[in-house]
Amino acid sequence: MIQVEKLTKSYGSYQALNEITFSVEKGEILGFLGPNGAGKTTTMRILTCFFPATSGKARIAGYDVFEEPHEVKKRIGYLPENVPLYRDMKVVDYLSFVAGIKGVRRQDLKMRVGNVLDECGLSDMSNKMINELSKGYRQRVGLAQALVNEPEVLILDEPTVGLDPKQIIEIRKLIKNLAGKRTIILSTHILPEVSMTCNRVVIINKGKVVAVDTPQNLTANIHGASRLIVKVDGPTQDVITGLQKIQGINKVNKKESSNGISEFILDTEKGIDIRRDIAAGIVRSGWGLLELRPVEMSLEDIFIKLVTKE
Amino acid sequence: MRNFYLIAKKELYSYFSSPVAYVVITIFLVITGYYFYNLLASFSTLSFQASTNPAIAQQQNLLNITETVVRPLFGNISMIMLLMMPLLTMRLFSEEKKSGTIELLLTYPVTDMEVIVGKFIACFVVFLLMLLLTATFPALLILFGEPEIGPTITGYIGLILTGAAFISLGIFTSSLTENQIIAATLSFGVLILFFMMGTSVSLMGPTIGNIMMHISLIGHLEGFAKGIVDTTDIIYYFLFIVLFNFLTLRVLESKKWRG
Repeated sequence: MIQVEKLTKSYGSYQALNEITFSVEKGEILGFLGPNGAGKTTTMRILTCFFPATSGKARIAGYDVFEEPHEVKKRIGYLPENVPLYRDMKVVDYLSFVAGIKGVRRQDLKMRVGNVLDECGLSDMSNKMINELSKGYRQRVGLAQALVNEPEVLILDEPTVGLDPKQIIEIRKLIKNLAGKRTIILSTHILPEVSMTCNRVVIINKGKVVAVDTPQNLTANIHGASRLIVKVDGPTQDVITGLQKIQGINKVNKKESSNGISEFILDTEKGIDIRRDIAAGIVRSGWGLLELRPVEMSLEDIFIKLVTKE
Repeated sequence: MRNFYLIAKKELYSYFSSPVAYVVITIFLVITGYYFYNLLASFSTLSFQASTNPAIAQQQNLLNITETVVRPLFGNISMIMLLMMPLLTMRLFSEEKKSGTIELLLTYPVTDMEVIVGKFIACFVVFLLMLLLTATFPALLILFGEPEIGPTITGYIGLILTGAAFISLGIFTSSLTENQIIAATLSFGVLILFFMMGTSVSLMGPTIGNIMMHISLIGHLEGFAKGIVDTTDIIYYFLFIVLFNFLTLRVLESKKWRG
């Protein structure tokens, strides 16, 4: 549905994007992840034909964004980061205007606007001026204007930024409900958002793609081994030598110890589960096994690892 | 071509949902009305004096209501337009740039041309309404006197063309900046320059003077106020409008190649 190839954008001598390449399948939700200034908004602006790239290619629904911007624009719904709306208009009038300009036929217009008001939970607000609305409702109006022509592709730039937790959950639910029917790119720097809503993640940093994968694979693959935390009641040195003897443990790191209870982080070989061996070994030596659990690396850790690698 | 209609409709909505249009129109009418009152009052004083003083009565021009009231009124209206029109045009692009709505507008399936034409038409409608309300002045004259209808109509045609020219310039300056005050100041500056040019013609040589006379806005409006419809003047306004709309189009397009 969306193909981006070697997209480069420079502002004078500053290179905002450096040959980024990725693609999105139909019906997928792609998370676009990166620290501030990584080039997320720039990429989105290129995809929405707001400005062109310095070089590279981008296609949406088979149309090139440079060659046929008009065809592309008809097929996308865009929500910019700061949600710019005409604040001097009523919600329903604004959405009717957008629907008209996006080419919704006159006879369908009323129905379409009504549907999108329902969908975004705005029915009670339809006759309010946009500048009277709270940030959360304005965000919904922004989403509604993106959805009003039922576009094939949705491009959402930080759709949940600045909302309260309840609103964030509602907006995420709304986005998840759209999945399948539409192809969505959403940018964010909030990591749980990605693991909750997205099928796939593109992590970019300083204008370069540093990783493309599913959130699950990213969390699993990033470190070559899996880690375990063990808490043992027993003489520290003996426990360390005892643990080192167990096959499949690459490294034993002592974390802390007090009153004869020590905590260790074990790097184990990937793909094999040696928790049983560890438990058995400790019990056989007569020590007390107080805790044994795998360390899951969160998306946060991975993100920071990827982004700070250079 | 439905798009420019929708944009024009939306801009009109914005004009009238905020106090801008009401304030500008009201002040415009108050000042033009005040001028009209002054012109009419001095005309009636003159007529009164003429009834007792034959020397004044012999100056035919003074007692012609078209010459002493209608013609200067058009001159005055055009000056007040110069002060008011930039206030109507300044927000058209600047506001969208500042609030960021331009980003959404330009990613909708509309062409830059449709956006400009839509905004132009909306502002032109507000201007026409404003000008239409001044028609009460000549209407009063027709009710109580006998002004010439021809020059009154051509005078209005001249004002309409002048207003359209002002709008095209104002939209252009508005497209240059996200600051409305800068947009208005630029269009005041350029418009006043276009007016002043006519006054310095006598200081220049014949060639440059002639060119300046033709570029200046004053000379072209005068003909209309006298009742003369000259194609040169119409072409002048037409070119003025096309030129600045074209420049606005270039400014909007420049985002495509600017770094």
